[in-house]
Amino acid sequence: MTTKLKEVDVVIVGLGWTGGILAKELSAAGLKVVALERGGARSTEADFSVPAVRDELRYVVRHDLMMNTQKDTLTIRNNPSQEALPMRRLGSFLPGDVVGGSGVHWSGHTWRWTDMEFKVRSLYEERYGKKHIPEDMTIQDWGITYDELEPYYDKFEYMAAVSGKAGNLRGKIQPGGNPFEAPRARDYPLPPLTPLLANEMFRTAAQNNGYHPFPRPSANASRAYTNPDGARFGACQYCGHCQRFGCEANAKGSPHMTVIPIAMRNPNFELRTHAWVTKVLKDPSGKRATGVTYTNVLNGEEFEQPAGMVMLCAYAINNVHLMLLSGIGAPYDPASQKGVIGKNYCYQTGASATLFFEGRHFNPFMSAGGSSMTIDDYNVNWDFDRGKQGYVGGFIVAAGFNTALPIGYRPVPSGTPPWGTAWKAAMAKWYDTAMSINMSGSVMSNRNNYYDLDPTYRNAFGLPMMRMTFDYKENEHKIGKHAAQVINDIAKSMNPTRLNPAVARTQPWTVVPYQSTHNTGGTIMGTHPKNSALNKYLQSWDCHNLFSVGANVFPHNAVYNPTGPVGALAYWTADAIKNRYMKNPGPLVSA
Amino acid sequence: MKNDRFDRRAFLKGAVAGGAAAATISLPRAAEAQQGTPASQGSTAPANTYAYLNSEEAAFVEALVDHMVPADQYTPKGTDLGLNTYIDRALAGGWGRGERLYMQGPWRQGVPSQGYQLPLTPAELYRAGIAAANAFCVKTWGKSFDKIGAGQREEFLLGLQAGKVAFENGPPARVFFTTMYQNVVEGLFADPIYGGNRNKAGWKLIGFPGVIAVHYQNVEKYRDKKYSVDPVGISDMS
Repeated sequence: MTTKLKEVDVVIVGLGWTGGILAKELSAAGLKVVALERGGARSTEADFSVPAVRDELRYVVRHDLMMNTQKDTLTIRNNPSQEALPMRRLGSFLPGDVVGGSGVHWSGHTWRWTDMEFKVRSLYEERYGKKHIPEDMTIQDWGITYDELEPYYDKFEYMAAVSGKAGNLRGKIQPGGNPFEAPRARDYPLPPLTPLLANEMFRTAAQNNGYHPFPRPSANASRAYTNPDGARFGACQYCGHCQRFGCEANAKGSPHMTVIPIAMRNPNFELRTHAWVTKVLKDPSGKRATGVTYTNVLNGEEFEQPAGMVMLCAYAINNVHLMLLSGIGAPYDPASQKGVIGKNYCYQTGASATLFFEGRHFNPFMSAGGSSMTIDDYNVNWDFDRGKQGYVGGFIVAAGFNTALPIGYRPVPSGTPPWGTAWKAAMAKWYDTAMSINMSGSVMSNRNNYYDLDPTYRNAFGLPMMRMTFDYKENEHKIGKHAAQVINDIAKSMNPTRLNPAVARTQPWTVVPYQSTHNTGGTIMGTHPKNSALNKYLQSWDCHNLFSVGANVFPHNAVYNPTGPVGALAYWTADAIKNRYMKNPGPLVSA
Repeated sequence: MKNDRFDRRAFLKGAVAGGAAAATISLPRAAEAQQGTPASQGSTAPANTYAYLNSEEAAFVEALVDHMVPADQYTPKGTDLGLNTYIDRALAGGWGRGERLYMQGPWRQGVPSQGYQLPLTPAELYRAGIAAANAFCVKTWGKSFDKIGAGQREEFLLGLQAGKVAFENGPPARVFFTTMYQNVVEGLFADPIYGGNRNKAGWKLIGFPGVIAVHYQNVEKYRDKKYSVDPVGISDMS
């Protein structure tokens, strides 16, 4: 028995960053908006107060703010010939749950992705020739440009209190910033975070090696701040509990203390928590979404919420899952390479070295989420010659601390016994006297990395789980090997007492341990319905009143953290709806 | 010490039948206190009553945590830090009972990159794993894990860690070891509200200050300087 509710203008599925931005923008434009969030409500005051929030076991190890795999998870495998098995507990990535989503427990790293991503195939073919791109690498242009997105990056940075230093103001290179970044209209709203010892040591070493270090831009307010919407931020306290925690100081830009409370004050907006959306409904023509069905998970009651527009704003994986469950668009088939839903799932790669310095004091427990000094010389630096290295993409190298808490972070030199007195002696000696240098590397799309519905396993609603097929390919191995060498060269130049060198990942991707919650692709944006699920306004090619906003729209995964373009694209989509779609509902790009 | 354990277990079994368990459980602890180990100074350590582990399992876990975290100049031994209590409570609580663990079949072994695939909750894994570990020890050394010598324990644990020990008809030995090892680390470094890290000894060991973390000024003031404070736990501030 499904209760059919009164139609609203917009239904939003999932209330994190993108749902929150659209809820605020579209309700302010006069539309009646309902958001359906499968988790509960949370607030800084009730849920992130000291001392209870400072609990590494609860939040980092036991994933208190994350998706509960008992109710819903996905199956995983490395290639299409394997049998996929359920990810029975979280590990490699940690999708958020509840109001605010992953925007509550992120670290705040906020980057501007550039035309090097948006025009990836054109640029590489032009410079290196078609043969440089492997035959099974399914990269394609995104259909959008950096210039189009620049004002929306700016809007997100000022809303989320990003601290940083401009490197390129309207084409003029700025000392201390990232000289390789694309031109920006104005500087960040807040100055960079106070550097840690590890940041400073890395900056000196990187400069000595000819690189261009800069403080990582991050939505950790370096000073108290009030954003243009009137949301108030405290100054970051360098508390060392950032990633996987909510911020008790409201210093980390998060949707639950910015866009969502502003939407909540608008009578046009209504939030329903514990509302688990199971399907997007279509009209008989299949060209229009008519609403969604959802279950109130507190009592099992089922509802149909009719809506003039449907916005999929859940975690990237779940946005793709809903498209597959709802039969919208043609599922991707790796054999024929036809179909688009599930195509181009991507991830990221990484490696790190640990450097031990007798007599130094790093105080690893004093850090912000974004306490990271970074070099971009092998990423958006287009002068870096990929021809010699033989890969597409690149990597950033960085040093600093983020959530270096003792269950998870206790560096010891290789060869230290795993228990006993010698183990304790090593932990006592090195906890305060070690730092690491790490890298994040891009993952280009590949025809055999994709999502579809699992034929065997089902979630708590009896629905087929998402099946993820993913592995790193030769391109990523090459990036990893090059990055490990760069890290180790910088590390050796710093003359540490001991060094655990970086080693490139060349083994199959595994679901443990934690690697990165940067899952991208699956319903990608693009230039044509044959190669993409969505147009450049994140509007479904199949149903013009269905939009999907999240990292699921990225056709490949870059080196950088994804939240900058995710937030910018949410504002971009909101503007397209307000300025064009509301006046003349229909496809915003003709196919 | 080994005899102590043996006597205690034998005594316990009888005592439970006699309905006087509470009085007898604390006996070995009192005996340790008389030996003047560092942890016993002013000790308010509770008696080892267990919510999940049976007596055989408790003996195994106590031996394990005391082997991995021995008493030395750095910390008291594992049982004096409550690591056994931490593990018992973790197993008796939501995590041990499979909270947030997808537990529907079909069950397959899979490949290592697919992660945990056993049809066992962590509590069930401990039960099966300890039984298999003790069976292995009895077969190899004639005694259960808690009664073999320190050298034999070391050999056994290194074998488990390296994947050289296999359990006949038991759960995968490596998975069992990895779970236990993670729990020992958690017991040593999680907030004391969970029963381990007693007197914040794990935090003192490495110089972690605990839950007070207002470092807006300290980040500059203590750059490359030692930051020494008495660590503070959640219950100290509540």
